[in-house]
Amino acid sequence: FQASRAASLLPQLLLRRRPASAGAFALLARPASSASGGLPPLTTEIHPGIKRGAFSQLTDADVSAFEAIVGGDHVIKDADEVLSYNIDWLRICRGQGQLVLRPKTTEEVSAIVRHCNKRRLAVVPQGGNTGLVGGSVPLFDEIVISTSRMNSLLSIDPVSGVLVAEAGCVLEQLDREAASQGLMMPLDLGAKGSCQIGGNLATNAGGLRLLRYGSLRGTTLGLEAVLPTGQVLDCLTTLRKDNTGYDIKQLLIGSEGTLGIITKAAILCPARPKSVQLAFLGLDSFQAVLDTYRLARRSLGEILSAFEFIDSESMRAVKQNLGLSCPLGEHSFYVLAETSGSNETHDREKLDGFIESVMSMDGCATDGTVAQDAGQFAHLWSLRERIVESLLVDGYEYKYDVSLPLADIYRLVEHMRTRLDGRVIRTAGYGHLGDGNLHLNFTTPKFDAKVLELIEPHVFDWVRDRRGSVSAEHGLGLKKSQYIRHSKADFAVRVMAEVKRLLDPNGIMNPYKVLPDE
Amino acid sequence: YIHIINKADMAASKGLKILVGCKRVIDYAVKVRVKPDRSGVVTEGVKHSMNPFDEIAVEEAVRMKEKKLAGEAVAISVGPPQSQETLRTALAMGIDRAIHVEIPLAQLEKLQPIHVSKLLAKVCESEKPDLVILGKQAIDDDCNQTGQMLAALLDWPQATFASKIEPSQDSKQLRVTREVDGGMETIDVSVPAVVTSDLRLNEPRYATLPNIMKAKKKPLAKMSPDQLGVDLQPRQEVISVEDPPVRKAGAKVESVEDLVGKLREKGLVK
Repeated sequence: FQASRAASLLPQLLLRRRPASAGAFALLARPASSASGGLPPLTTEIHPGIKRGAFSQLTDADVSAFEAIVGGDHVIKDADEVLSYNIDWLRICRGQGQLVLRPKTTEEVSAIVRHCNKRRLAVVPQGGNTGLVGGSVPLFDEIVISTSRMNSLLSIDPVSGVLVAEAGCVLEQLDREAASQGLMMPLDLGAKGSCQIGGNLATNAGGLRLLRYGSLRGTTLGLEAVLPTGQVLDCLTTLRKDNTGYDIKQLLIGSEGTLGIITKAAILCPARPKSVQLAFLGLDSFQAVLDTYRLARRSLGEILSAFEFIDSESMRAVKQNLGLSCPLGEHSFYVLAETSGSNETHDREKLDGFIESVMSMDGCATDGTVAQDAGQFAHLWSLRERIVESLLVDGYEYKYDVSLPLADIYRLVEHMRTRLDGRVIRTAGYGHLGDGNLHLNFTTPKFDAKVLELIEPHVFDWVRDRRGSVSAEHGLGLKKSQYIRHSKADFAVRVMAEVKRLLDPNGIMNPYKVLPDE
Repeated sequence: YIHIINKADMAASKGLKILVGCKRVIDYAVKVRVKPDRSGVVTEGVKHSMNPFDEIAVEEAVRMKEKKLAGEAVAISVGPPQSQETLRTALAMGIDRAIHVEIPLAQLEKLQPIHVSKLLAKVCESEKPDLVILGKQAIDDDCNQTGQMLAALLDWPQATFASKIEPSQDSKQLRVTREVDGGMETIDVSVPAVVTSDLRLNEPRYATLPNIMKAKKKPLAKMSPDQLGVDLQPRQEVISVEDPPVRKAGAKVESVEDLVGKLREKGLVK
């Protein structure tokens, strides 16, 4: 939300209500990891089994070549500066990349990649570096290619709703631009203040409103990318329908930077809703959460835009670790149900109907509130959006993101909580209930290999046995590549490897990620 | 017009009757846009909610009820039909009943604090509250006048910019702490009185679901300015409304050397 009036008043009002959605990721203070004087351990120490690929070593001649392409100012060699590009947002990985390049145009990216392919130098494309599976940072000495300078919005068509932007545009800024035309970006996630659209596409990011607007696979109309050979793949169409041949952009979406570097994207933006309402409910059983969801789909139907659940442990984390206040009493579960529509009166009526049903249904919501203004709206959302941040305060976070049949979602949390009883600070479960997507997190004061052993592969096996996905939206990155066969048939994985070989014959594009090493 | 109440010990009486003013304004988080004809700002289709200072006033009234200092709390709003939603919010926070003084659209844009205070004064004649709490100012016009004008019309004492309201030491008056430029000022006022709320008076509660449902059944009376016999003839004419001057764009530099160079160019650094 853009706040602009009574400027002297506003900072105080904001302080009161602590709306935190704007740039939450950008503002948070990341706690230092406990090992080795505040830095996370080297990824190669945590995964000693991974061997460096047969790539060349960086030479001065290479550095000069890059300087000629992007200009000396945009080649980062200084160890202190390069360090931040080597550490992921969760601070569980630390790579040993020596060089960061910051190109401004597709042509520069193409020239860089062509050089690296010729020289067999490994590269890691990096956007906002907010990925949660260690996929956006080097492992060994890969060269980081940052898209941060490629941050121009190219066009917005208010009639068709098509927005065309360079890959380095920050999601929140794109949403603001879209807002000025009465549009909105079709996705929203906690990292919006820092994540870039290129990275969102590369990871097929889901987020809070996938329930309503669908995934990027549907809303991306076109993209432009540089393939591992340096060739520019121009599929940047703004057409809604174009069934001419194979849809290659779908290979790149969700490829996590292993098939190429996305440089531009055309996104179909929905109309910005005139009326957004938020109900926040307290419930005392997971069955009540499922019943409330069913009710929401029936009574709110076409205007439902988000349905999230939070367990008591997660709520405790945001209250204790971030000092946020919850307007409801203690409950086992909390639900956020958001509606977005074109008519406030109609939507309020529908929401009233939903609330009446929820309160009269046996065992359903016993406690709840509806946001009365933008401040309350932002505060209630912050209770969900800042859970990840609050868990980091505990020390070290083990993060899992799975898709399961709805009835099994909380069974997994309870099962793991029992399994890890006494070994972790907390076991927190929350997520996009409407998408069948559970976020499961464990925290310890510092990294504990024994705890990791208790979690993996057990949690993945549990999910596999119920035909779920071991990574609903976060992707495989480095952390989960070995578990791909838990959710994909072996032959499918082999076909993926063929595609990778075809597009990246030298294997330079973000190696060690997504596909298991064989 | 003077209204004197039995100056018995306030704690022992059945409590004060409080009238709370609520104004429907554009939500504070919305980016306000000036109409192309510069006659005002765009309100059509824009999110509105209760003036934040009025939310604080409502919260204070409800808290005084909870502390048994007040017996009945009535909310009043002067505005268009949609002001009813604002009143429903007040009812959902714990107000007992509401009064809506409906202003026809044609006269809405020309409505000024002088008119609102006259309407409120008329309502006070019939409702006879012991305390009127208003927000100190509305965030759309920032006038900060209605409370003061109302007190003058009623010839009641006023305690503006309140950050705390409590019974006085002898419990016969109200002790109000005010936020003033020099710090805090504490005064005792006799009731009936007008108090206006400042930011630090309290933090408004969230409306709970059961109360939101109950609010629908609470009484909401409608009145018109004609019934109250108040003339809404505008005293002022808005000539134009304009955006503040656009901030000149800064220049982004790509490196520290560039920055130093530009600073030198502008003579800010030798």
